[in-house]
Amino acid sequence: MNNTENTSPLKKTSVVRTMDIVNQGLKKRYAAERRFKRLGFAAIIASMLFLALLFVSISSNGYTAFWQTFMKIEVFFDPELLPQDALRTADYGGLVKQSLRNMFPKAKGRRDKRALYKLVSTGAAFQLRDMVLQKPELIGQSLEVWVPADDDVDMFIKGHFDRNLPEDERRLKDNQLAWIDSMTAQESIKKKINTTFFTAGDSREPELAGIRGAVIGSFYTLVITLLLSFPIGVAAAIYLEEFAPRNRWTDLIEVNINNLAAVPSIVFGLLGLAVFLNFFGLPRSAPLVGGLVLTLMTLPTIIIASRAAILSVPPSIREAALGVGASRMQVVAHHVLPLALPGMLTGTIIGMARALGESAPLLMIGMVAFIVDVPGGITDPATVLPVQIYLWVDSPERAFVERTSAAVMVLLAFLVAMNATAVFLRKRFERRW
Amino acid sequence: MSKRTIIIVTVLIFGTMAFFAGNSMAAGRDYISIVGSSTVYPFATVVAEQFGKTTSYKTPKIESTGSGGGFKLFCAGVGVEHPDITNASRAIKKSEYDKCQANGVTDIIEVKIGYDGIVLANSKKTAPFQLNRKDIFLALAKDVPDPNGGEKLVPNPYKTWKDVNSSLPAQNIEVLGPPPTSGTRDAFVELAMEGGAKEFDFIKAMKKTNKNQYKAVCHTVREDGAYIEAGENDNLIVQKLEANPGAIGIFGFSFLDQNTDKIQGSFVDGVQPTFEAIADGQYPVSRPLFFYVKKAHADAIPGVNQYLEEFTSERAWGEEGYLSEKGMIPMPDAERKEFRSNVKNLKPLKK
Repeated sequence: MNNTENTSPLKKTSVVRTMDIVNQGLKKRYAAERRFKRLGFAAIIASMLFLALLFVSISSNGYTAFWQTFMKIEVFFDPELLPQDALRTADYGGLVKQSLRNMFPKAKGRRDKRALYKLVSTGAAFQLRDMVLQKPELIGQSLEVWVPADDDVDMFIKGHFDRNLPEDERRLKDNQLAWIDSMTAQESIKKKINTTFFTAGDSREPELAGIRGAVIGSFYTLVITLLLSFPIGVAAAIYLEEFAPRNRWTDLIEVNINNLAAVPSIVFGLLGLAVFLNFFGLPRSAPLVGGLVLTLMTLPTIIIASRAAILSVPPSIREAALGVGASRMQVVAHHVLPLALPGMLTGTIIGMARALGESAPLLMIGMVAFIVDVPGGITDPATVLPVQIYLWVDSPERAFVERTSAAVMVLLAFLVAMNATAVFLRKRFERRW
Repeated sequence: MSKRTIIIVTVLIFGTMAFFAGNSMAAGRDYISIVGSSTVYPFATVVAEQFGKTTSYKTPKIESTGSGGGFKLFCAGVGVEHPDITNASRAIKKSEYDKCQANGVTDIIEVKIGYDGIVLANSKKTAPFQLNRKDIFLALAKDVPDPNGGEKLVPNPYKTWKDVNSSLPAQNIEVLGPPPTSGTRDAFVELAMEGGAKEFDFIKAMKKTNKNQYKAVCHTVREDGAYIEAGENDNLIVQKLEANPGAIGIFGFSFLDQNTDKIQGSFVDGVQPTFEAIADGQYPVSRPLFFYVKKAHADAIPGVNQYLEEFTSERAWGEEGYLSEKGMIPMPDAERKEFRSNVKNLKPLKK
């Protein structure tokens, strides 16, 4: 359309034609841009919706676990049942049964009495034992004690059981429901904050189970992982970036590190079993071994993030330092490392957050186990929070369903906190060139 | 070396020593290490917790590795790095026993702890099934006797329960069950399917002539989609049954017991799976549960003898014991007496 004839009508036509074509196309282009923006917006909304769905479904299942039903019983610390020389092994269950019988004297016959005793948790006896061992002067006195109720009663009070079903389909029988109703009328059955969830280790009874053992185990494991993977990862990254020669060997190493970052985590567990347990003979199920396995898993992530951070430091800084007379070690230690540190920290925290949520590699080294005692050191047997959740999911008791969701909420809270710290650190220490 | 370096290195050494000092490493383990079946796991953990609370010993550590995996770890040798006790939902095989002997694990004590019923459950929204073991075999086996008669085996052609037995409802055969790695699956195929296959004379005769083929016919489950392997998580199977009323789930009695408001057990050979029916042997699909102890560890590791005593006490495995409240079916009195004396005398197993 390069019509260069100087006749007015032809010139106008060619100008109008080009403009027309452009104008027609413009509408389509704007429409396409609007569509693209809307699609992007819809994608964000969809992902936020899924996230909200996840949080809402877990929270709605789990928030009830932060309350536990307690019953008020009047306990007479009978000196006959509590001989002075054998206080630890005395029959504290008998004290609980005695006070229940006193509350409901109409319960006669062995079946009725068994149903009555089942209303209170087995943990009540141990609670009384701890009270007497702490204060032996309680013997001979009467006291009102709030004891945890059995998990079936707890589920009923929280509304998870339908009382209108026929009796043989219910966990709580008619006589038990009648006793619970009379206690509700006297206000001796109440829901209180479930501190046991945070202070106790694992248990087979849902009302006595807590996440403390798993949290401490996770803490020790992550401490070992951090202490080992951060220095090794950073040092490896510095060496590979600053000092290593560029030849085929370093290329091979780089490819292997990138591959290791994508290896399924259970493979590290198999490696841990073969090397740490069988060859070195370290104790099974210990946070020490768990930390070593998770170190192997997070090292590639930290090395890659650190290398990226070091690369982002401009060469002008290095050249300026060298020009002022610094040695290569001083350039790295005094200039490159401090400037690359925010990126390294972000990578480390993200690696730690991933390690916190792992349970497959710990399966092979024995950390998927029922462990009641809270671990005292790094060689005591321990379990971690994701594993605790996995074990509770397999339990048949209904009350474990809500506790599993509550443990998931705690785990998510830790992960969100760690990632938020990563973002905060990055923003705080970011330097713009 | 500069002064600063020396100070840093010394601090590091003392720091690591302090970290490790308070803890005893593998040498001299002071807790009991137990591995094994995921079916016995819920019962062993209750005893372990009770043991830990009532005595001054540490609570035993129990891993759920599966019966086969447990035997592998157990038979690897004697020493603190090997487990003391293994739980099993089946008796030890001859090959595993030989492996134990070969690795120096010479004296093992077998203790039967009770019975576990395997139920076929469906949602309460539909009527309970009235099944025979023969129906179960015909519905779930890979190869079944030719429907037209004769002694040939053909790939399973049945699609609905009515095809198998005209008195059953016309529902598609959809069964959610354990995977091949599970001891529950082993027990189910042996008790329910083999029990049903034996009712065909020619299959029963095969047992004497060609044992391998007999086992293959009785124990192989169909793979065309009617039997769905639902993994080890029985809670998930219960949820799926609620969502899909036409399906049947296979799991242990304790899960039925905890969810009686949602699911019901099918009648097998006319018997409903209740606690009483399984206890007196009427319900046919029930299997014994065991654990095995190394005699060498019984004296070496603190607490093993007391743990054995707790497990074999009446308050644990008796008729009114806390294990029966968790869904385990107790043994008859005579058997309990026999195994209790075996444990007291640490009588080794001979195979």
